[in-house]
Amino acid sequence: MNSKELRRGGHFLVHHPGPDQVFIREDFGEEQRMMFQAAADFMKSEVEPHLQRFEQGDYGLVEDLLHKAGNLGLLGLSVPEEFGGMGMGFNVSMLICEEISSMTGSLATAFGAHTGIGTLPIQYYGSQAIKDRFLAKIASGEWISCYNLTEPGAGSDANSGKTMAVLSSDGQHYEITGQKIWISNAGFAQVFIVFARIEDDKNISCFVFHKDDVQGLTMNAEEHKMGIKSSSTRQVFYDKVRVPADSMLGQRGDGFKIAVNVLNAGRIKLAAATNGAAFKVIGLMSRYANERQQFGKNIGEFGAIQEKIARCTALVYATDAALYRAGDAIERLQNALLAEGKSEAEAKLKGLEEFAVECAILKVYGSEVMALVADEGVQVYGGMGYSADAPMEAAYRDARISRIYEGTNEINRMLIVDMMLRKALKGHVDLLGPARKVAAELMEIPDFGSEEPTGFLAPETKILMQLKKANLLVAGAAVQHYGTALVDEQEALMRLADMAMEVYVLESDLLKTQRLSARLSDQENEIRGILGTLQAHHAAEKCLSAGREVIMGLPENDEQRMMLMGLRRFTKTPSVNLKNLRRKVAQYVLDKGKYPF
Amino acid sequence: MNILVCLSQVPDTTTKIAFSADNKSLNKTGVQYIINPYDELALTKALELNEATGGGTVTVIHVGGADAEPVLRKALAIGADQAVRIEAEPLDSRQVAAELAAYIQGQSYDLVLTGRESIDYNCGLVGGMLSQYLDWPLVNVATSIDPAGQAGVLAVSRDMDGGREKVEVSLPAVITCQKELTEPRIPNMRGIMAARSKPLQVVSPQGIGPDLSLLSHALPPARQACRYFEADQMDALVEALRQQAKVL
Ligand SMILES: Cc1cc2nc3c(=O)[nH]c(=O)nc-3n(C[C@H](O)[C@H](O)[C@H](O)COP(=O)(O)OP(=O)(O)OC[C@H]3O[C@@H](n4cnc5c(N)ncnc54)[C@H](O)[C@@H]3O)c2cc1C
Repeated sequence: MNSKELRRGGHFLVHHPGPDQVFIREDFGEEQRMMFQAAADFMKSEVEPHLQRFEQGDYGLVEDLLHKAGNLGLLGLSVPEEFGGMGMGFNVSMLICEEISSMTGSLATAFGAHTGIGTLPIQYYGSQAIKDRFLAKIASGEWISCYNLTEPGAGSDANSGKTMAVLSSDGQHYEITGQKIWISNAGFAQVFIVFARIEDDKNISCFVFHKDDVQGLTMNAEEHKMGIKSSSTRQVFYDKVRVPADSMLGQRGDGFKIAVNVLNAGRIKLAAATNGAAFKVIGLMSRYANERQQFGKNIGEFGAIQEKIARCTALVYATDAALYRAGDAIERLQNALLAEGKSEAEAKLKGLEEFAVECAILKVYGSEVMALVADEGVQVYGGMGYSADAPMEAAYRDARISRIYEGTNEINRMLIVDMMLRKALKGHVDLLGPARKVAAELMEIPDFGSEEPTGFLAPETKILMQLKKANLLVAGAAVQHYGTALVDEQEALMRLADMAMEVYVLESDLLKTQRLSARLSDQENEIRGILGTLQAHHAAEKCLSAGREVIMGLPENDEQRMMLMGLRRFTKTPSVNLKNLRRKVAQYVLDKGKYPF
Repeated sequence: MNILVCLSQVPDTTTKIAFSADNKSLNKTGVQYIINPYDELALTKALELNEATGGGTVTVIHVGGADAEPVLRKALAIGADQAVRIEAEPLDSRQVAAELAAYIQGQSYDLVLTGRESIDYNCGLVGGMLSQYLDWPLVNVATSIDPAGQAGVLAVSRDMDGGREKVEVSLPAVITCQKELTEPRIPNMRGIMAARSKPLQVVSPQGIGPDLSLLSHALPPARQACRYFEADQMDALVEALRQQAKVL
């Protein structure tokens, strides 16, 4: 694959990088590992001793922790140095986000809201004066930031907000009036980023202000939530809040674009957050399974428990691989654009936008893997899993929000397919040609032998390549049948997204393990190889069931029957004793008593 | 003050120890190294002393191979001004102390801090030997170190059996550091980035040989699982203590 192709996002169905072209967490250098360790030490000394307090609506604790994290420089990692940040790359900011988010969703949400949606609109769209005024104080944590987009009537349909911004007659001020809901960090934030519509513009606009500079801003009490109990979440009311006209971020009508672009970063970072939480939960799960005895045995000796541990581990390993692969792709493109002379904001935004498909995939996949991990965590703990005195109950409740915010998983699934098809239509990615080829292949006798993958994980790589064909087959059929009306076939879109996610994640998993193999012992390679086998079989099953649903929604005719046959062919897997493989993985995890990769 | 802090690296406390096939060395694969915790306290104290008095430098030094450089850079990230590594593979404490002493004699430090011991071998010898080589006073196992109000003198508390003693020591001196001395610092991101451009100097050893030669390592016998006895199983308990534990 040439370097131009490495700069492309959303084309993983038709491009196949090698292990030397992806980044894995093991590639982080000493300095980045030191940063990660500093974040881990912070969590150990400042967060772990207070885990119970996070369940009691202790918003002050979270506020205090944000300030402390700011003192350590953890809030300004990817803010440029000229604005008081560290000027570090995107991928290491994910690594830090992972660790800071690993123990409680309350801190994860506050941290994410501040460093992501609370910082990036200013960093990418603020005028020099705005950046000078706000960024350094946000990066240091002296000021905490919140992001006011959602309204009671405008959630997923974020551009439909009713909050108005009215220009004063002298053109010097806007007066903002409206109601915002579910605003993270609102209770203790100084900086407010708010979206409002000017006149009857098609798109909303975006403003930033300091709370002390305005009047007419009020708030409801804290929301009563299922989880993330110490993350401040409030309704915010704007009653003729006057802000200077030059406090607009971007241009008039840029608000929706800002919201969308900033969410790309938020989404992939949410996957970093769930990744960190999943590591911790697998650790808790395996230690509990090593200690809890029933029927005279550690419950970790039971196949039913081992199966859970192995399933969770394989999925988390694969998600982790995809996470840092995508983060690196973003960072590389950003750096390349900077080197070509693009401005900091342009380069950063374009890097994120190009990989928006991957960001959405990771958001959905990461949050759903975490949902499973938290659920199985509760199950392994049994009755103790349901007790608020043990850690699983909070992990389970906290995990739930990840499927809702940063764009619900339904919205993100639609985006994945929509963006991929757009890339194809615009000619950025050639999906059509390969899809036709796959359709043609259906008419031929299945070819054995030609271009068979070889080497470590060859059978799994073969599965991957076939799943790519399955994707093209099913997506091609759906596009051909529905045409532009595909946008209204949400059930099909959901399943097409499922299929695409599985391919991206599986590919990342296999590439990661292949990339690492020369650095590891035989035993470590064996276990990681098994994880790849498990993930390949998981992906094949998912693609089969999702693909069937799409195809079965098409008219019943010979073509449909042929496509079903084709789908079966492309999702076929060799017979493998998955049970034994899972037992091996579980034993390995149990021996280590933590997520060991 | 110009303070020298002697650092060693030790395996992280959660490391499962394994040896090489010939049992002559530690199997280092997968071992996570950290700054010896007592040395880290020494470093933090050195920074605090200079911050309080507003002057001087803090140098960290290690006798050992290049694989220890990450912990030296961590020390720089925490706030040390410069690092020195003496290129040697010491086998025993005297070798370390002699190399350190030779280096220190060519410099002008006011104070040398070490940990009370390293948590891998727990010998606790380097500080004492160093004071002997340098012919400097030694305060062992310090729990607090403060300026004594008079230039060139420090007030130090140290642990005794069942109590605590306060002493004054004139500089230059060697002080070994104990737990309560201070809290370790988490390096901040700026410090980590600054560490890139701080000097880390590698110096040649004096070539002082070890007094000992290593024959082999062995792991302690595996711990037996805990066995429980009900109140009505006293005979079985006594039997097990006699026959298996052989303590009666
Ligand atoms: C704890 C918490 C913190 C939050 N923090 C912030 C914050 O800091 N700032 C901020 O601005 N917002 C914040 N939000 C808001 C969050 O982003 C929204 O709740 C989310 O985008 C969903 O919007 P909604 O709640 O209006 O749900 P709705 O949009 O009403 O969705 C309800 C259901 O309908 C589905 N749905 C909606 N539209 C479609 C469609 N076109 N096709 C198919 N299905 C559809 C959704 O997927 C969902 O399942 C937060 C929310 C919570 C709960």
